Amino acid sequence: MEISGAKMFVKALQEEHVETLFAYPGGTAIDLFDALYDAEGIDMILPRHEQALVHAADGYARSTGKVGVCLVTSGPGATNLVTGIATANFDSVPLVCFTGQVPTNLIGNDAFQEVDTVGIVRSICKYAVTVRKREDLARIIKNAFYIAKTGKPGPVLVDIPKDIQIAMGSDEYPTEVNIRGYKPSEGAHSGQIKKALEKLKNAKRPVFLIGGGVNIAHARKEMTELAELTGVPVVTTIMGKGAIPTNHPLYVGNIGMHGNLASNKAIMECDVLFSIGTRFNDRITGTIDTFAKNAEIIHIDIDAASISRNIKVDIPIVADAKVAITKMLKYAEKLDIADWVSEIMKIKEEHPINMNSYSGLTPEKIIKTINEMYNNLIITTDVGQNQLWTTQYIEIDENKQLLTSGGLGTMGYGFPAAIGAKLGNMDKDVICISGDGGVQMNIQEMATAVSYELPVTLVILNNGYLGNVRQWQELFFNKRYSSTCLRYRRSCNRDCMNPDKCCPKYTPNFVKLAESYDAVGIRVTNEEELRAAFTKARENKNGPTVIEAYIDPAANVFPMVPGGKSLDQMIMDC
Amino acid sequence: MKKRWICLYVENEIGVMARISGLFSGKSYNMDSITVGVTEDPTVSRMTISFTSDDRTFEQVKKQLNRSVEVIKVVDYTDIPIHKREVLFVKVNSCSSADKDEVFRIANAFGYNIADYNRNSILVECVQTEDKNDNAIKLFKETFPNRIEVIRGGSVAVEAISIAD
Repeated sequence: MEISGAKMFVKALQEEHVETLFAYPGGTAIDLFDALYDAEGIDMILPRHEQALVHAADGYARSTGKVGVCLVTSGPGATNLVTGIATANFDSVPLVCFTGQVPTNLIGNDAFQEVDTVGIVRSICKYAVTVRKREDLARIIKNAFYIAKTGKPGPVLVDIPKDIQIAMGSDEYPTEVNIRGYKPSEGAHSGQIKKALEKLKNAKRPVFLIGGGVNIAHARKEMTELAELTGVPVVTTIMGKGAIPTNHPLYVGNIGMHGNLASNKAIMECDVLFSIGTRFNDRITGTIDTFAKNAEIIHIDIDAASISRNIKVDIPIVADAKVAITKMLKYAEKLDIADWVSEIMKIKEEHPINMNSYSGLTPEKIIKTINEMYNNLIITTDVGQNQLWTTQYIEIDENKQLLTSGGLGTMGYGFPAAIGAKLGNMDKDVICISGDGGVQMNIQEMATAVSYELPVTLVILNNGYLGNVRQWQELFFNKRYSSTCLRYRRSCNRDCMNPDKCCPKYTPNFVKLAESYDAVGIRVTNEEELRAAFTKARENKNGPTVIEAYIDPAANVFPMVPGGKSLDQMIMDC
Repeated sequence: MKKRWICLYVENEIGVMARISGLFSGKSYNMDSITVGVTEDPTVSRMTISFTSDDRTFEQVKKQLNRSVEVIKVVDYTDIPIHKREVLFVKVNSCSSADKDEVFRIANAFGYNIADYNRNSILVECVQTEDKNDNAIKLFKETFPNRIEVIRGGSVAVEAISIAD
């Protein structure tokens, strides 16, 4: 039977079992929206901005393991996706983004709402393609889903011109994929695995360094078994957090710029660094030439291009983390390294991360309250201090998950990601920890959460600053707070270096803002109020709750490795 | 640092050339030349890319290319026997008849073709390796200063079939 391109598009989504579609309409996508109007089984979500739309799809994908699917119009609809696509690309999140496009005969004419969408996103996605013939449509969509979710997952963009949406063609959807230029690696090389385990077996001071790859591969259970089987301590990146439960006796903590001392010491002093699913980003390595300089390095990664790029690796293994770890469970054995483990754990105990030097309701207390009150939780963060504190203090186990923009560091990510996560996990509590800066980058999504009756809790840590940059300005730029104060009014003293009670009042009032959206807004000033607020948030089952906490504007994230320094050059506190 | 040669089989589709050259520029890899043409299979194009890099960057380039969905196959030509050719046109302007004789002599000596000429100008076609074409340009520049125009294509390369390594 012959059907239109738009109908083929809907059929393809159904064949791919797409249950939730994040979609914002427009001129060149209107035929697709019309075909979706009476499509069975697809829940359509209308966020209030395309950037938030793609972050929501990202949060949905990270929290469910399914592909997040977006549909927007051409031109500004497509360009608004850019930040979200780059975010997903950096953190290996499977997305398929459909964009409308002007009819093929107008492409290149500077038509209304025309941009070269594929040209714009080419360097920030896994694959991008414009459908140029109706007969290619079904195969391209099939390939798009396959490319997005296999190998190292990532975003794929499919640009569909309006005339292709209207054109009639076959209703067949392919059942098989064969892309000659794309064969994701399967299996794990047994010889290399055995070689790596042999190296590990003879180590005196080994460490596992675990990145986001283990979480993406859904290999937490296997990773925990491997740690227990070998007895080797585990350090994670912030993307790897939760790879083994954070309260596990073998868990040391996060490595990197704001990791804990024990983790960074373990990396600096280990003799075998067994890394899985990390790309050795500059935020975790500090200066490259001192990083794990006495260690032999083993690196398992699904992406061959991530191996030996930043850090030279002795034993490379290209494999999916779950496949490799499962294989290792067969051959690995217990190591006799009790002294080394207790040495690291002693440092961890003696140098805990805390915010005892600050008064009032600290982010530490807020996040620890969440740890105590929630058992079945997805927590998202925005970017900046709120993110760093969360990654420092949040406890993650098999019933909890952390979603954060680790690679690109996208402000405005947290709240829409929480909405997407909730849509995919109605049985779980979802909390977003945001700052007063980042939350304003996608605050309009309050309307989305209200519309779809999503009980998401948004915690705003309000310090009146773009706090992370402010911290750098305090420490490294002589307290010249250039464009970081959010209380600023034109009448303020330009050289203000000391915020005090005379400062202008903060705008907006987030509690009133929440109320104007028909959401619940609560301001908290102490732990008791905080607990009451979380209890109230839980009782509010039909919409979002905003909890605004004014925190110490001067609170910094410590410890810290200044940019360009070695991991052992940590500033422990102010 | 060392001169590298890569042969690339890619999908013959709109935007693939941009994808490959964008990958080089986006990652700050400096390309010396790139050529592309359709193969015996009309759905496949073959590229020859030459650039200069250290070993580590070269490994990255190969991995990044391999990871591109549009790239079907990457072949490293750096250390294997290959045939390389580059097309070079040199136009010599304001020629006297003595100049023309000289151009013909040079062409004869080095195996260049005379592709075209008129009363004042002469067009020489040199099809040889990039290095030899460099020498040709040097020779024409010295012999006919400020009177030449140079147009060169990129190199194409193919693995040797008779030369043992």
